[in-house]
Amino acid sequence: MTYTEIERQWTTRLRRRFVRLLPPEKLLPDTQPTYVSSWIYVFGVTTLAALAVVIASGCLLALRGPQWWHTSSVGHFVNSLHLWSVEIFFFAMVVHLWGKYFMAAWRGGRALTWMTGVVTFLTSIAAAFTGYVSQSNFDSQWISTQAKDGINATGAGAYFNVLNLGQMLMWHIVLLPLAAIVLTGLHVILVRVKGVVPPFEEPVKVSQ
Amino acid sequence: MSKRFRPDVDVAPWKGGHSPYDIIKEGTIALVVVGLLTLILAVVFGSPDELAITIKTWSNATPLDFAATALSELNLTSGTAQYGAPYNNASTGQQLGPLQLAKWVGARIPINTVNDFVIDPLKSLPAQPDLSTGLKQWSSASSATRSHWVSSYTKASAKMTFVNGQVTVTASDVGPLPVLINNLTEMARSGALDQALVTQAGFYTTDFTLPLLFLADGSYLASLADHQHLTGDQWGMMNETGNYPGQAWLWLYTFWYQIPPFNASGNGDVLVWGLMMALSVVLLLVPFIPGLRSIPRKTRIYRVIWREHYQSVAKE
Amino acid sequence: MSLTHFAALLPLDTLGHYLHWHFIQISVANFVVIVLMVFTFIAAIFAPFPGRRRRKENQ
Repeated sequence: MTYTEIERQWTTRLRRRFVRLLPPEKLLPDTQPTYVSSWIYVFGVTTLAALAVVIASGCLLALRGPQWWHTSSVGHFVNSLHLWSVEIFFFAMVVHLWGKYFMAAWRGGRALTWMTGVVTFLTSIAAAFTGYVSQSNFDSQWISTQAKDGINATGAGAYFNVLNLGQMLMWHIVLLPLAAIVLTGLHVILVRVKGVVPPFEEPVKVSQ
Repeated sequence: MSKRFRPDVDVAPWKGGHSPYDIIKEGTIALVVVGLLTLILAVVFGSPDELAITIKTWSNATPLDFAATALSELNLTSGTAQYGAPYNNASTGQQLGPLQLAKWVGARIPINTVNDFVIDPLKSLPAQPDLSTGLKQWSSASSATRSHWVSSYTKASAKMTFVNGQVTVTASDVGPLPVLINNLTEMARSGALDQALVTQAGFYTTDFTLPLLFLADGSYLASLADHQHLTGDQWGMMNETGNYPGQAWLWLYTFWYQIPPFNASGNGDVLVWGLMMALSVVLLLVPFIPGLRSIPRKTRIYRVIWREHYQSVAKE
Repeated sequence: MSLTHFAALLPLDTLGHYLHWHFIQISVANFVVIVLMVFTFIAAIFAPFPGRRRRKENQ
């Protein structure tokens, strides 16, 4: 194989492109611009950490199947971990969203970062909702029989049947988590590629 | 510069300094803190798990509500019977302006309340002389005769009583209906109806559409939910059973249901959904919407967030 | 393992408490969560962030 042949390979080109877009020092930076100095910056990573705890506790719940947590005190405790990590996840994500809005973090070619964040937020709401209707308790009976009317009214209910426990559980533990994880990954990569948005430019006051 | 600088879209390249930043350490600390916080909240508060109700618990708690609901499935006045798509074609369903979204998609989860909720479950019961006769009488009758029986029974149903485990009503010209309703109530109270409704699709099932719709057609489930503050006009969508926080992030979705025109409209659900989808698109497109994207610059909250930066700029 | 080992210390299973204000109804639990969120946001933007001096030295 000649050198140019290697150069032309899809693999080589893809690697080059990826490394150019996101060199290691951008992917795992060891410095930040000095303006990154506020507690508001911790809520992105807090959301990520909460997502990790949500997934870990969900995996623990999956080990013994969907009915386990109703009959085992250990299972119920794992369910509590799952619930509270979800509450922390949304809490941190909303504060993160407010913070990014008031920093106008879409500036400087970061609109796609903002948009992947919004789609992740909406996907997470759907993921949480399917969790609520998959509980197989009184709460899920009530929520599913109420929510069906909204979803049916849009026509989507014919395909996305909230009264079908099997379908909802599959969406909750496979499809929507997968979507949320992929979207979160994309969002984080975009943040690393573009860097943290700089402050608004302000004219320096002459009196000072 | 050829293009005008747009402060809500563009940024000048950062020419200031950098400070050390350990992203892995930050991530680890966040994971430990969130993990501990989750653990503490779970240990202290636990989580709710109110037992699911069954058709058995419902029909034992309020047998007459059950019997009246069974009748409503026969006379086609129940919520499910009149629903429209995706369960049947009884009504147009909700409309978003000229868009009949549900109707266009059609009855893809077909439910015949008479057969699915009453006749088929009764057929699955072990043979008993009066029930077998009643079912034969029902299946051989014309639809006109059936409607006549059902409407005669409906007229008398206000005087329905439940004594000694039997639903009785004094009425004439009602065919086998007293036998059917009474047997279905007995079946429900024994727990057999719960099974019959989920096993219609065979041995294995994970689909609870039928029993959930039947439960929702009665008033028992709603009365329990009302007690727990979960109904729609109580902002129930956000609420959780007990004192637990619920889906607080649904506050805006829930909010629309409380105010006109949504709370008074027969198309309330589709209007709220349409509005929420539109608002989600607005949130998605904030970076491109003039006015909305200028609020951060004009409110100047960023001055607080980046105060160190602006202080150092002022000093230079 | 016995049930008491994993029972919550202060379970919130009692009948919920609600706040009413005209047409607005909210459970105390959700209200607490939302207030905490707003409080956290305000605290996050106003609270002094540590490590200021080191940053200056580095600059």
